[in-house]
Amino acid sequence: MNAKEIRELFPILNQEVNGHPLVYLDSGATSQKPIQVIEAVQKYYHNDNSNVHRGVHTLGTRATDGYEGAREKVRKFIRAKSTEEIIFTRGTTTSINKVAASYARANLSEGDEIVISYMEHHSNIIPWQQVAKETGATLKYLPLQEDGTIALSDVSATITDQTKIVSVTLVSNVLGVINPIKDIAKIAHQHGAVMVVDAAQGAPHLKIDVQDLDCDFLAFSGHKMCGPTGIGVLYGKKQLLENMEPVEFGGEMIDFVGLYESTWKELPWKFEGGTPIIAGAIGLGAAIDFLEEIGLDQIEAHEHKLAAYALERLSEVEGMKIFGPKTAANRAGIVTFNLDDVHPHDVATVLDAEGIAIRAGHHCAQPLMKWLKQSATARASFYLYNTEEDIDKLTTGLIKTKEYFSDVF
Amino acid sequence: MSFNNLDTLYRQVIMDHYKNPRNKGVLEDDSLTVNMNNPTCGDRIQLTLKLEDGKVADAKFEGEGCSISMSSASMMTQAIKGKTKEEAVKLSHIFSDMMLGKDYDDDIDLGDIEALQGVSQFPARIKCATLAWKAMEKGMNEEDTAK
Ligand SMILES: Cc1ncc(COP(=O)(O)O)c(C=O)c1O
Repeated sequence: MNAKEIRELFPILNQEVNGHPLVYLDSGATSQKPIQVIEAVQKYYHNDNSNVHRGVHTLGTRATDGYEGAREKVRKFIRAKSTEEIIFTRGTTTSINKVAASYARANLSEGDEIVISYMEHHSNIIPWQQVAKETGATLKYLPLQEDGTIALSDVSATITDQTKIVSVTLVSNVLGVINPIKDIAKIAHQHGAVMVVDAAQGAPHLKIDVQDLDCDFLAFSGHKMCGPTGIGVLYGKKQLLENMEPVEFGGEMIDFVGLYESTWKELPWKFEGGTPIIAGAIGLGAAIDFLEEIGLDQIEAHEHKLAAYALERLSEVEGMKIFGPKTAANRAGIVTFNLDDVHPHDVATVLDAEGIAIRAGHHCAQPLMKWLKQSATARASFYLYNTEEDIDKLTTGLIKTKEYFSDVF
Repeated sequence: MSFNNLDTLYRQVIMDHYKNPRNKGVLEDDSLTVNMNNPTCGDRIQLTLKLEDGKVADAKFEGEGCSISMSSASMMTQAIKGKTKEEAVKLSHIFSDMMLGKDYDDDIDLGDIEALQGVSQFPARIKCATLAWKAMEKGMNEEDTAK
């Protein structure tokens, strides 16, 4: 895999920011889009735009084929059994909320437990807080090890026969840790709980096989994996989805509508009320084609190499504190850090003046920030278009930041 | 590498307030307390105000945040001491205009606060600078409704 060549396929990366070539290290927030995805969306609006599943005209057929074709691409991408298990949503947040609003509210009551971890993104915390409040269930947190990883002994100790839902992220958006989802799912199932996986940071970077993981639900967003914003996926096992009620009601999701009663379409459409995100799904399909042509294994290996290189180079910076595992084993391309005596906002502003885009703040993970005892941190996240040269520039930028702030003092 | 345009942001006075914050701490007892945070970035401030005869007799702040938010808090507490409530709120409006790059009332001597003017050229940092001022305005409003 040649990151330099891949980079050429992303028009946005070919620009100067504040007088310097852009170094984009914020793919964890959202990835950039290759020309193939931009063109697929454009082509749809140029040639095929129409509503889906309605009417018999030619454009309608093209739009429906494009939309349902994207569903099949997603199925293959995560190795699901059937497209009935692939629901298009607005993104990870909406996907998790759907599980909470439909499955959890119907199946949980007082005395039941929901188990999540300290490293979850707010979108995998708040829906469960709300379910807990409404059903009387208890929300429990898996503790973290010193290096930010989850120990299976803690998983066994936390999940009980009262646990009905376990929801954990595949990859932490802050620590970069890759969690042992397959093992956690096994423990959850031994206690009769369902396993929900937040794959927002996993799907862009790792090969996912929902049957091998044996998870019950899995959520991810298109925009973090080279696709457009506004499209995401909820995977659910068929036998669970079949017994769940829709969350949104209206057009597209109905079978028969009477004056006082209606019936729902079959899976997956009963969960897709209203005109769906057609262009978004087609763009996501193009993103999947793009990623698979390069190969998820290659992408994972590339990011792993970048993570190892970043850990090594950043450690050279005086006053650097890196959070999460100290080595690149089981780490995705995310490195979160703080510089002594320089607030992460100030770090981000100084780097931005050099054309380097990183993220500073709490990364939508306030419970984790509390665990790390930080009010905010800086994060560099890498993707297939990043190179070791980007990390060299980051390192140089950080050394200069340090110097700049000791000079102004 | 040149950081020239950064110098318009990180002025000496700002760094001085960041490193040696004025009025850091918490006022005791029956002072007015306002907590405010910036939900998008994690900055947090606790402002305590003591009002006597319609004037700010004392003001202190505690908090966590970047150089801009903390220096702005330090300057704000310094500026409002001895001012009437109305004057303090007016100052906050002037500050807000300054951040938005609007013309502002320059009859009033702004002292150190003037140094924060450069923030207006860094749109992503404006909310850092205004946090303490918003907290102060909120405190003054609460004081009004409590009466
Ligand atoms: C781990 C994780 N979960 C969930 C989300 C939420 O994704 P979205 O905002 O696309 O719904 C994010 C994105 O920031 C994330 O990093």
